[in-house]
Amino acid sequence: MYSYVFRRVFSALPTLFVVITISFFLMRVAPGGPFNLERPLEAKVMENLMRIYNLDKPLWEQYAIYLYNLFQGDLGPSYFFRDFSVAELIAQGLPISVQLGGLALLLALTIGCGLGVIGAIKQNQPADFGVIALATIGITIPNFVVAPVLTLFLAVHFDILPAGGWGDGALANKVLPVLTLALPQVAVIARLTRGSMIEALHSHHIRTARAYGLPGRVVVVRHALRSALLPVVSYMGPAAAALLTGSVVVETIFGIPGIGRYFVQGALNRDYTLVMGTVIVIAVFVVLFNLIVDLLYSLLDPRVRYD
Amino acid sequence: MTTDIALDGGCRRLALRTAVMAAVLAFAGPLMAPSALAEVVYHRGNTGEPETLDQHKTSTTYEGHILRDLYEGLVVYDAAANVVPGVAESWTVSDDGTVYTFNLRSDAKWSNGDPVTAEDFVYSFQRIMTPETGAKYANILYPIRGAEAANTGDAGVDAMGVRAVDATTLEITLESPTPYFIELLTHQTGLPVHKGSIDEHGAEFVRPGNLVSNGAYALAESVPNSHIKMVKNANFHDAANVQIDTVFFYPTEDRGAALRRFQAGELHSNNDAPTEQIATIKEQLGDQFRVAPFLGTYYYAVKADKEKLADVRVRQALSMAIDRQFLAEEIWADTMVAGYSFVPPGIGNYGEPAYADYKDMSMIDREDKAIALLAEAGYSPDNPLTIEIRYNTSENHKNTALAIADMWKPLGVTVELLNTDVSTHYAHLRDKGDFDVARAGWIGDYSDPQNFLFMVESDNDGFNYANYNNPDYDALMDAAAAETDLQKRAEILFQAETIFMRDLPFIPILYYGSMSMVSDKLIGWEDNIQNVHATRWMRIEG
Amino acid sequence: MTDASVTAQSNGAVAQEGRSLWQDAMRRLRANRPAVASIVILILITIACVLGPTLSPHTFDAVYRDYVKVPASLSSYPRDEQIEPAMRTALRRARVEIGEWTVEDDRIPIVITSTREIDPRLNRYLDRAALFENAQVLDLSDDKRSARLVADITRLYFFFGTDANGRDLMTRILKAGQISLSIGLLATVVALSIGVAYGAAAGYFGGRIDSYMMRFVDILYSLPYTFFVILLVVFFGRNFVLMFIAVGAIEWLDMARIVRGQTLSIKRQEYVHAAQAMGVGTRGILSRHIVPNLLGPVVIYMTLMVPKVILLESFLSFLGLGVQEPLSSWGVLIAEGSRNLQGATWMLIYPALFLTTTLFCLNFIGDGLRDALDPKDR
Repeated sequence: MYSYVFRRVFSALPTLFVVITISFFLMRVAPGGPFNLERPLEAKVMENLMRIYNLDKPLWEQYAIYLYNLFQGDLGPSYFFRDFSVAELIAQGLPISVQLGGLALLLALTIGCGLGVIGAIKQNQPADFGVIALATIGITIPNFVVAPVLTLFLAVHFDILPAGGWGDGALANKVLPVLTLALPQVAVIARLTRGSMIEALHSHHIRTARAYGLPGRVVVVRHALRSALLPVVSYMGPAAAALLTGSVVVETIFGIPGIGRYFVQGALNRDYTLVMGTVIVIAVFVVLFNLIVDLLYSLLDPRVRYD
Repeated sequence: MTTDIALDGGCRRLALRTAVMAAVLAFAGPLMAPSALAEVVYHRGNTGEPETLDQHKTSTTYEGHILRDLYEGLVVYDAAANVVPGVAESWTVSDDGTVYTFNLRSDAKWSNGDPVTAEDFVYSFQRIMTPETGAKYANILYPIRGAEAANTGDAGVDAMGVRAVDATTLEITLESPTPYFIELLTHQTGLPVHKGSIDEHGAEFVRPGNLVSNGAYALAESVPNSHIKMVKNANFHDAANVQIDTVFFYPTEDRGAALRRFQAGELHSNNDAPTEQIATIKEQLGDQFRVAPFLGTYYYAVKADKEKLADVRVRQALSMAIDRQFLAEEIWADTMVAGYSFVPPGIGNYGEPAYADYKDMSMIDREDKAIALLAEAGYSPDNPLTIEIRYNTSENHKNTALAIADMWKPLGVTVELLNTDVSTHYAHLRDKGDFDVARAGWIGDYSDPQNFLFMVESDNDGFNYANYNNPDYDALMDAAAAETDLQKRAEILFQAETIFMRDLPFIPILYYGSMSMVSDKLIGWEDNIQNVHATRWMRIEG
Repeated sequence: MTDASVTAQSNGAVAQEGRSLWQDAMRRLRANRPAVASIVILILITIACVLGPTLSPHTFDAVYRDYVKVPASLSSYPRDEQIEPAMRTALRRARVEIGEWTVEDDRIPIVITSTREIDPRLNRYLDRAALFENAQVLDLSDDKRSARLVADITRLYFFFGTDANGRDLMTRILKAGQISLSIGLLATVVALSIGVAYGAAAGYFGGRIDSYMMRFVDILYSLPYTFFVILLVVFFGRNFVLMFIAVGAIEWLDMARIVRGQTLSIKRQEYVHAAQAMGVGTRGILSRHIVPNLLGPVVIYMTLMVPKVILLESFLSFLGLGVQEPLSSWGVLIAEGSRNLQGATWMLIYPALFLTTTLFCLNFIGDGLRDALDPKDR
């Protein structure tokens, strides 16, 4: 086990390297540059800027400079937020995104699994249809609709929650963003849990156990849930990584200073270094969570082994 | 619809909450000392995230709003956007219009108590031109003698025409007479920086705690994508008249979200509004929603050197057939104004712009004439003209393009639409990529027609998306630049614009309006064509 | 829809012949009422999307400039109170004085006077408006300073309202459905095939192969997707196939991970070991034992993927890769609707209703399929 974890952690380095290399060149092939926004700059001014940020050098040289700096822990300056370095921006935004994403994750897992189990036990009964309805709506109504609708009702109409802003992390400011983030995940988790739970309840060993009438209902459910969680866990690896690294829509609509928006906005602004910074963060989270998922597999299902 | 009812309720609730607050204050008032009650906080929505608080690196208007509160330049805009003395109490201009002598006020101080001197301005003008500063808008101050050479590294900054005669006298020498020079100094690039803090902190002088400013406010907090907090600067010379103690600037990139925050009473003002929902906004916000004329033109650039568009008649026909009234009223809900000239009306140093001659013709006559023009140019139903409209992704750019496509239909013009993200769009235009017609817009940096008409000079690589090349036009622009008599200069520029409107390298479509949501509680926000609203002129009641 | 007696009959018949996997599955699917109802509804939606735009009185790109953002309604437009302002606006440009006018049935006679000679082309001003047609200038007086103008009032229906350009939303939703349904289903099938094959292979072979295959997936998860899409637009222009590539490139990843997770568990089951011991080849084990046992989670995740794909398409449109105006898609319409939330709710409600209904159906079909295909129940 330990050697497996060690190997996986070690193999993360080449993965990161490949991600960084592909991303670097991918971004540079796209048209436009960090200083090519709506209002064109005077040619001479542009020259100055390109020189200051080494953007006038050949691409491979820029790549070498980037890697060299990266090895020293320097993610470079942001081209858009010119008063800050990428490391500062991430250090400031990541904790916020992780907080919101983490809360949403917990909420989604508890409610999602709960609903899924209820749906499976009460298959084709009213409670089950309620679960299906909620899950369907949660998936089809995108967050850019959920967020404004929730705000209109809870903040503008009933005036019980703030409509936006981070408010230095006040609980009230987190409610709507967390709900918006959690809703689609609740839906997916509920659907996946319900489906595999039904399957598990039908499986031979559970049926046999039931037939003998030995274990109680709760034990049955717990037993079935264990194998039913497998697809949920598979799904949650990348989904958790995505949740914890923030959402551009939720952060923009609620005015939250997380890192989620850097990924898309940075790309639209051609803020190469900032996008690269977020790519690295995302890659680390993806690798980490997929490792956790793989370890959870053998916990949920002792038959799964890595040799 | 349900949300309408919800919103009605929302407004009532807002009123209710205000009433409750007022009651609480009235009750608590006598118990508290006036000073304890007095902290007046202004929550201000600002359309974009500032890229920097370094006035020499900035380029955007939303940075301008923040910097105008932090700093005071030689001259400033008052609440109605008139240019009034700032750090400079008065100034004189030499007879040939090239030497400006500013007398600085003696009580001007930095937020740390240091006096603001002529030397500070010399340092600032030199710093913005230093190539290593990487100033995006350095070219705005190129009229200063030696500035351009300094910025390109051809000469030192010491050779620039900026000199401190003594601590309170500043002399600026220009390359050539520039009638809009004083206007230029209101731009944030003309704001002074505090040399001491730059020497000490380098590029980090903009951080809270490091930043020393000379305006009505001092920086307290700066969190990217969250807010900027400023507090009143006690050392400001006019501090006694500054009535708001604390200002929060929030970047409100999502217009819809800004509207909801405004409705929830979390913002006192926001300098934009979601155009898609204007009808509802007008209904619900009433006088709290404001639209003012603005110095900008929304236009379609036409690739004028492309074969199918090279014929002037084709471009005229396309322009003529656009029902600008409809676009302004229905698509933009009267937040824009039908535009028949490239220079927007109301601009300084100019009279009425050179309007297109079909401005007052009826749409039917215009359509008939457009069809005739296209026929003359060789296009007919058998040989139809196909045009691709490129635009950067946005709901209203799309709706505008669709409406225009529909207006061109009767001319037998087939239209295809193509949208891309902003960066790709402008990179394509600037790199002289192939296109037929492309959406663009221009907001004047300063109030002068030259700032619009220079865009299609044949040697203007960055802006002349049309590849327009007309020696007569260039000659007129050169003549205008050399002319010191404002009246004559205006006439020459008018001739240039007349040629512009005949040749139509850009088809002007609408004049921009500036939209703002301003709470009833915020007093002193005056609508003006520059759309500048420094906090020092405002107060909050209730 | 299924007739119970027919089902019972066929049951008996099939049971006697010995049942193949598919026949068996079909029988069980047909017995599942919600699934059958969902299939019917889905077929109806599909038919509406295919035929609707041609049957509708409006074309999907017809612009009615007089009907910008009118609310959904079962009664016809123009409303009585709309007639006068529209008539005055139309004639304002003609510069004539409007005298007496009335609405008689569906005709509107107007007395007009002018200080100048009246242009007989005047009728075009009214005809331009979507409200009026067949306008005629009658009884032109001798001095040509007064006349009677008569026009028919055009009655139009906008059951789902209109959009910001005055286009009929119902026709647009149906037209958009063609695109959304095809991309939703096709891209899902593509993502599904790649995901299942890749995931099953990685999970079954395990070890180093699994490790390499999964690191590749990790890499794809982390790449800046926005740039990938922008590059596709820039280098290949826009076309429908690219849209599938852009969607497929990202959507199969989740599927691959889920399938791999299940495979890791299934390959240790007794029946797989038994098959291996009996010398069944890798291909046989994968196709006969592993994949059928994966179907549960796969089918469910597939139904979740369709709406994800449909909504992802709106992001592609934002970057210029998706559908281009005047065509549209449900994702794009929903995004537009969300921006018009205050003031034009119908622009959000109706496209969302279509997408939600479709997903409801897919859910029940998915459940039905899962139950029908479950090898454990056989």
